Amino acid sequence: MTETDHPDSVPPEVAAETEAAAPEATPPETDGPGEVLISVADLTKHYGAIRAVDGISFQVRRGDVLGFLGPNGAGKTTAMKMITGFLEPDRGSIEVAGIDVAADRLAVSRRIGYLPEDAPAYGEMAVEAFLRFIAEARELEAADEAIETVLETAHLRSVRGQTIETLSKGYKRRVGLAQALIHDPDVLILDEPTDGLDPNQKAVVQDLISSLSANRCIVLSTHILDEAERVCNRAVILSEGRILVDSTPEALVARAPGHNAVRFRVTEGDAADVAATLSAADWCAGARVLPGGEVEAEPRDGQNRLNDVLAAVGEHRVADVRVREGRLDELFRDVTRGVAA
Amino acid sequence: MSGLARRFTGMRAVLRREFHGYFASPLGYIFIVIFLIASGYLMVSRDFGRFLELREANLDALFSYLPWIFVVLVPAVAMRLWAEERRSGTVELLLTLPITLEGSYLGKFLAGWAFLAVSVLLTWPAVFQVARLGDPDWGAIFASYVATLLAAAVLLAIGLLFSALSKNQVVAFILAVAASVGFLLIGVPQTQEFVGKWFGGYVERVVSSLSLLDHFETLTRGLLQLNSLLFFVLFTVGWLVCGMLVLGQTKTN
Repeated sequence: MTETDHPDSVPPEVAAETEAAAPEATPPETDGPGEVLISVADLTKHYGAIRAVDGISFQVRRGDVLGFLGPNGAGKTTAMKMITGFLEPDRGSIEVAGIDVAADRLAVSRRIGYLPEDAPAYGEMAVEAFLRFIAEARELEAADEAIETVLETAHLRSVRGQTIETLSKGYKRRVGLAQALIHDPDVLILDEPTDGLDPNQKAVVQDLISSLSANRCIVLSTHILDEAERVCNRAVILSEGRILVDSTPEALVARAPGHNAVRFRVTEGDAADVAATLSAADWCAGARVLPGGEVEAEPRDGQNRLNDVLAAVGEHRVADVRVREGRLDELFRDVTRGVAA
Repeated sequence: MSGLARRFTGMRAVLRREFHGYFASPLGYIFIVIFLIASGYLMVSRDFGRFLELREANLDALFSYLPWIFVVLVPAVAMRLWAEERRSGTVELLLTLPITLEGSYLGKFLAGWAFLAVSVLLTWPAVFQVARLGDPDWGAIFASYVATLLAAAVLLAIGLLFSALSKNQVVAFILAVAASVGFLLIGVPQTQEFVGKWFGGYVERVVSSLSLLDHFETLTRGLLQLNSLLFFVLFTVGWLVCGMLVLGQTKTN
């Protein structure tokens, strides 16, 4: 069972959005009424007996940064390859900027900037020569100008004459982004844009992506959940080729196990007593004494129950009281494990 | 844009990139040097061309050995073209640009062919010497260059197919050499005798009409016969179309 089928356990606004992931439903409203730039319906792809993508449907609007999250082999890359027209779907339809990919891949490719996994590029070419080739292939009128602009945007000025194979991973990734941006596309498809980069390089690429999001739609895949929180305003969790969750990163955090759990230290009195009292409360999903001696009480409904906790503590003295945020990776593990089990 | 032009969208950009690519690495220069040494050696060697001994003002000594040099060198020109794209993953980049599979395929073919043409035209000192020493048949020399370029085209199309088939350049090279040798061996007298003996005169005539060497020789004699020209064009187009079909299957692996 996917969670998409059971939105009753989630907050109302999340439920509304997860329902929207069903094929015939309207897409989730996100920031602003941007036009729909990607529309995918019932997309399916098999590799032999393996179902890589299994009937997924979603829409992405201008201004959206949609993160595809999911374990390896979840179908993220396959879905992206079909959106760009590199792979043909077995079933289903894809429209980019209103153009059917199956009917006119060339027209679609002019609207899309695509960074394939591992940012492949012609290693023997210099950065500028490579971008010139891309500009020529895209038949850009003002190629020189476009090249200068992306060299600036992707911070590649200093290495413009260097051959790509001699660059560090971070630079190579930015070369990949530069070629995807050279024609100022409406739609950006980025397959694991920060995978394999060190933390500093990651931050640079993430900032770059954030700066690009204003007037386009971006679809990126990642298995780094912090990244989804940092750059995406919408997160889709894929597993075994299906969409399990389609929501915002914030809403996902709120759904994560342990969201709004209250933690504190008991300074006067018995921690086990306090935990037992809290466990008995009907709003409480459970309270326990952690190995460090602290008590943690988890609310049943994910709401902030700090006042209830303090009331229940009674005459015991407590210190270091804090409310914990849910963690996306815990939700991710819960959700994706549910499918595997 | 007409339908046909649209089908080959992006060809020019690929052609230019690939052609420059030959001169961006040592491969192109190494190829040219080896080609010129080999063709020069076979031309003047006492065991092969005997150009100096024959004392004739023609270039048969040069041209008649070129197909055999091509059998090894043309696959070397072709092997990189698709195998490298598929190994490094750039094929995905290439085929998601506004470039069609046919356009990129033909662009790579034309780039390789242009490079081979440059190499072949660098044999001009031989022409210069013949003109200096005697009064050659210019028609035959022109026809011989045409024949050479056509033979290069067929063998390049074979090499390109195997490059699309295997991600491994060495494998692509070996398979292409084997296929090219097979293609040439159809035309040697021993094969034709053998076929004639076992399958009769009709089959022998069919096989001999498929002989690259025979058609090549016809052209180098200065006879630009239509059936010989068609032979090269049809086989080149045939191998190219097969290669495109193969690449359509292998591009995503």
